[in-house]
Amino acid sequence: MVRRAVRFLVLALIISLAGAARAQAPEVTNPESIQIGLSTDRVIITSDFAGADLTIFGALDNSDPLVTRQGRYDVIVVLEGPARPIVVRKKTRVLGMWINTHSETFVNVPVSYSVATTRAMQDITNPGNFRQMALGAENINITPMNRDGDPATLVEFTAALRERKKATGLYSERIGGVQFLSQSLFRATLHLAPNVPVGTHRARAFLFKNGVFIKENSAQLAILKAGFEQRVFRTAQTHSFLYGLFAVGLAFVTGWVGRFIFRKD
Amino acid sequence: MGIYLPIAEMSVNVAVLLAMGAAVGFLSGMFGVGGGFLITPLLIFYNIPPAIAVATGANQVVASSISGALSHFKKGTIDFKLGTMLLLGGIVGSTVGVWVFALLRSIGQLDLFISLLYVALLGTVGGMMLVESIRAIQRARGGTPHSLRRPGQHNWIHRLPLKMRFRASKLFVSVIPVIALGAIIGFLASIMGVGGGFIMVPALIYLLKVPTNVVVGTSLFQIVFTAAYTTIVHATTNQTVDIVLAFLLMIGGVAGAQYGAKAGQRLRGEQLRALLALLVLAVALRLAYDLFVRPASLYSLTSISGI
Repeated sequence: MVRRAVRFLVLALIISLAGAARAQAPEVTNPESIQIGLSTDRVIITSDFAGADLTIFGALDNSDPLVTRQGRYDVIVVLEGPARPIVVRKKTRVLGMWINTHSETFVNVPVSYSVATTRAMQDITNPGNFRQMALGAENINITPMNRDGDPATLVEFTAALRERKKATGLYSERIGGVQFLSQSLFRATLHLAPNVPVGTHRARAFLFKNGVFIKENSAQLAILKAGFEQRVFRTAQTHSFLYGLFAVGLAFVTGWVGRFIFRKD
Repeated sequence: MGIYLPIAEMSVNVAVLLAMGAAVGFLSGMFGVGGGFLITPLLIFYNIPPAIAVATGANQVVASSISGALSHFKKGTIDFKLGTMLLLGGIVGSTVGVWVFALLRSIGQLDLFISLLYVALLGTVGGMMLVESIRAIQRARGGTPHSLRRPGQHNWIHRLPLKMRFRASKLFVSVIPVIALGAIIGFLASIMGVGGGFIMVPALIYLLKVPTNVVVGTSLFQIVFTAAYTTIVHATTNQTVDIVLAFLLMIGGVAGAQYGAKAGQRLRGEQLRALLALLVLAVALRLAYDLFVRPASLYSLTSISGI
């Protein structure tokens, strides 16, 4: 009993000492941090959804006013969709026709990946750092299912995968999409493509100071279909036979009713 | 105005889809065809995934054929026994077709197969129809009457076993070619999203020698039920029927069809057939163009779990 009390005392002493040391030298411990907040934790895709801009607000804590004034703080905000397996197919010419002949499967491809930055990526830090952090559409980890495949082919198909994702607007980059509103407050505007996949997306914010990565923070965002769309989709998946029956019934009724409404004779 | 398609998972323009349905409906009313062979390629040109275009096309065919089938039912110009035999074949063909569809989709060759089938079939049928209708136009100018049916003339089909009597058609013919024809139509319905009237009607007239007055009614009867069956099987196996898309096409379609039928009455039969032939050939050429011209991107992505 006594021994435990002593140990507790020692522990308390160490903690208070550490606290005193931190209070004495704040600039040494480099305590900047980054926070982000989403105005909503879910985005609903309604029947008139044609893409949207998502705004994320964030703040820097304990920012150095001098560094801020020189504009040496940089923020990158990423909205990453759920990872899914994807097949990339390549067409070649066979008997004059363009036919899918080669394919490569990747196991964990983020369905969407949109980036907003304060400046062009290459001006924030060097490409090596981004590669190490797997940050940016060019650097995300994409794992092939067949790891022993020909490296040149894998490089080709990985590049094609990124290119196709960019072409369909699912991978996007917005330079200047992050703006500082005050010394510590910033706003990131990210693009949600019209074909944005439903699921749990992750918003991540990265803070850089003088080209050095400082801190990261993240938040979850659920993208859902609205009530009707969701119900149709669910029914088609879970009660597919009844769904098919209903589709046929609808066709019968439409064809039959249309005959009365539009009959010209 | 945009609308989000829950199964295709994309935003499309409502006006474009209604107009597409109405235009195809107008043509189908004018020519007396189901219009599936136009709807499916048009949806593919509009960037709807082919798998969804085909299954939804089959659903739309039900709506566009039911009206015609009903009016033939009232007039009593359906041979139910022949129609039921064709339907039996259709169900077998459609089941096989949906299975082949799922298989081709998993190996990434579905789009190619759909295009090839369309080019081959529409090219052949369109070409034959064009030649036939031009001859008919020339004959009409020359003034020689011509009958489509040549009774008394027998071909190899009439030597097959398992003969069955079809009273309404005044036919005594083997069920083998009937069921085989139904199966081919069912197969095409499930892979191409067509009703198959453009193959069924000439086959009934020229191969089985069915009297022309019951041909269209019987063909429509079989098409309605084969397409309905195909829709249900696609919905169950592949989950590719987009009901919102189908409904928009149906509304445009049934409206357009009634006006098209009116317009069709003003044109002569052979002129109508020549126009239809040109239309069919145009669709075939457009699809062939996509097959033979280097695509903008050689690569395509397919998500494995979803569509």
